[in-house]
Amino acid sequence: MEKEKKLEILRLLQENARRSPAMIASMLGVEEAVVLQVMDEFERDRVIVRYSAMVNWDKVDERRVTAVIDVKVTPQRDVGFDAIAQRIYRFPEVSSVFLMSGAYDLQVVVVGNHIREVAQFVSEKLSTLEHVNSTTTHFLLKRYKWDGVIFDDGEQDQRLVITP
Amino acid sequence: MKQLKSRLSPVVENLPPSGIRRFFDLASEMKDVISLGVGEPDFVTPWHIRDASFDALSRGFTSYTSNRGMSQLLEAIADYLMGYNLHYDPDRELLVTVGGSEAIDLALRAMLSPGDEVLIPEPAYVSYRPCAALAGGVPVAVPTRWEAQFRVSTTDLESQLTARSKVLVMCYPNNPTGAVLSETDLQELATFCVQNDLLVISDEIYAELSYGGKHHSIAEQPGMRDRTVVVSGMSKAFAMTGWRIGYAAGPEDILSAMLKIHQYAILCAPVMGQMAAIEALQHGEREKQRMVEEYDRRRRLMVEGLRSVGLSCHEPQGAFYAFPDIRSTGFTAEAFAEELLRQQRVAVVPGTAFGEAGEGFVRCSYATSADQIEQAIQRMGHFLTEL
Ligand SMILES: Cc1ncc(COP(=O)(O)O)c(C=O)c1O
Repeated sequence: MEKEKKLEILRLLQENARRSPAMIASMLGVEEAVVLQVMDEFERDRVIVRYSAMVNWDKVDERRVTAVIDVKVTPQRDVGFDAIAQRIYRFPEVSSVFLMSGAYDLQVVVVGNHIREVAQFVSEKLSTLEHVNSTTTHFLLKRYKWDGVIFDDGEQDQRLVITP
Repeated sequence: MKQLKSRLSPVVENLPPSGIRRFFDLASEMKDVISLGVGEPDFVTPWHIRDASFDALSRGFTSYTSNRGMSQLLEAIADYLMGYNLHYDPDRELLVTVGGSEAIDLALRAMLSPGDEVLIPEPAYVSYRPCAALAGGVPVAVPTRWEAQFRVSTTDLESQLTARSKVLVMCYPNNPTGAVLSETDLQELATFCVQNDLLVISDEIYAELSYGGKHHSIAEQPGMRDRTVVVSGMSKAFAMTGWRIGYAAGPEDILSAMLKIHQYAILCAPVMGQMAAIEALQHGEREKQRMVEEYDRRRRLMVEGLRSVGLSCHEPQGAFYAFPDIRSTGFTAEAFAEELLRQQRVAVVPGTAFGEAGEGFVRCSYATSADQIEQAIQRMGHFLTEL
């Protein structure tokens, strides 16, 4: 299968992972077996890492807090930032870690049940790590749009049900 | 007091009521309807276009514009048409209208004398017939056939041609059938029009939604530029139906006549819409492409779905409609649409809303999300197995 078609499969799944392989096949004009095979390949190569739901937690869990933490670190000989990043991302409280260019090095996102819990993590676990020089913690107040999806989108289908 | 004269024009009184009105009323009353009956994009106008129009408003663009349209827009249209190998002088051969709708009306009014016949290949978009009649013309249906994938042929036209035939109104990619014409079809039609001295109104509003290769206009054919008014607009390609911006392109004499009517009857197209259209034509390519790709995926889903529940369906090559054959069910198009709506709450439009040649077919729009199409197909499957 051509590369572009394969990427289409990824895009369609990323939009909605519950789309059946049969539906994807007919949208792309290919056989279902081919879609299944491509999905298998992607899963094996960890291009598709997981199928999951995008949840708007704000609607069901008021206690949940998210903090975005800028972390400055000293890179180490031979392993650069990777070793320290690993020390950080292994903590289950940490939901994502990115290496950034600019004023700080790692962006760490931590999710907890209370501000105190997150604060404790930062002061006791994160900032005490060897090679971590400083941290700046930002608490996330509201999620408007995430990964291409607008939460609480007021835009509705305004069209009449039948038009010529 | 005794009324001697009817208060209404007989032409208007004799216009048949819209074929979709009753379905509209019926469907509007029902809950949980999945509508495949909508003839406009489900996308909201791309954000950059809306954003540009906020900006235009805040800069005070709230007045009339020149009758023909804003020069920046006329130039953008001329540039855009060049992409289709069509060359028009923005100052003399283009006109910005209130939707393609107004352009169709103007062209017919500019061309017709009382009694002139207007050839309309059917199934056809609903406005051609009444507009021709209102302009004093006589609409003449030219039935096209399923076997020919609803592409009009010179033989079809020949059968309805008379000494009074003056105008051919054609629409490819077609609403409601999704048909497009081949290069050969266009050549043959062009020769026929030149031979029989027919003017052509070519409604190319769905040109951007062509799935099997780039759209070609009949105006490109030898001898045709001078006898063709190309009608198009922003509505379908850029998801801008509510902005009401369309345009006409054609030879100067006809365009000047159209401009004359437009300047008295309409004055100008809305400035807000014109500003938005400029943004769309100059920077809208990427978003347009994204929408076209999405329609294309849904098109396959729709056709495969309809076939999987047992309906024959040509693969539409343009627009966003599939036009399946429902004759095997024994229903008329109208009864099929009504029963499907009542039993399964899926709205489709009976082919007869687009002329008698639409009997035996229904129009299913795929300007709706893939997930809705899936569901609609499932419901149609239930409907058909329970027959
Ligand atoms: C074939 C065709 N022509 C013209 C129009 C009118 O479009 P507008 O007036 O929005 O440009 C439509 C709208 O549905 C159409 O389907």
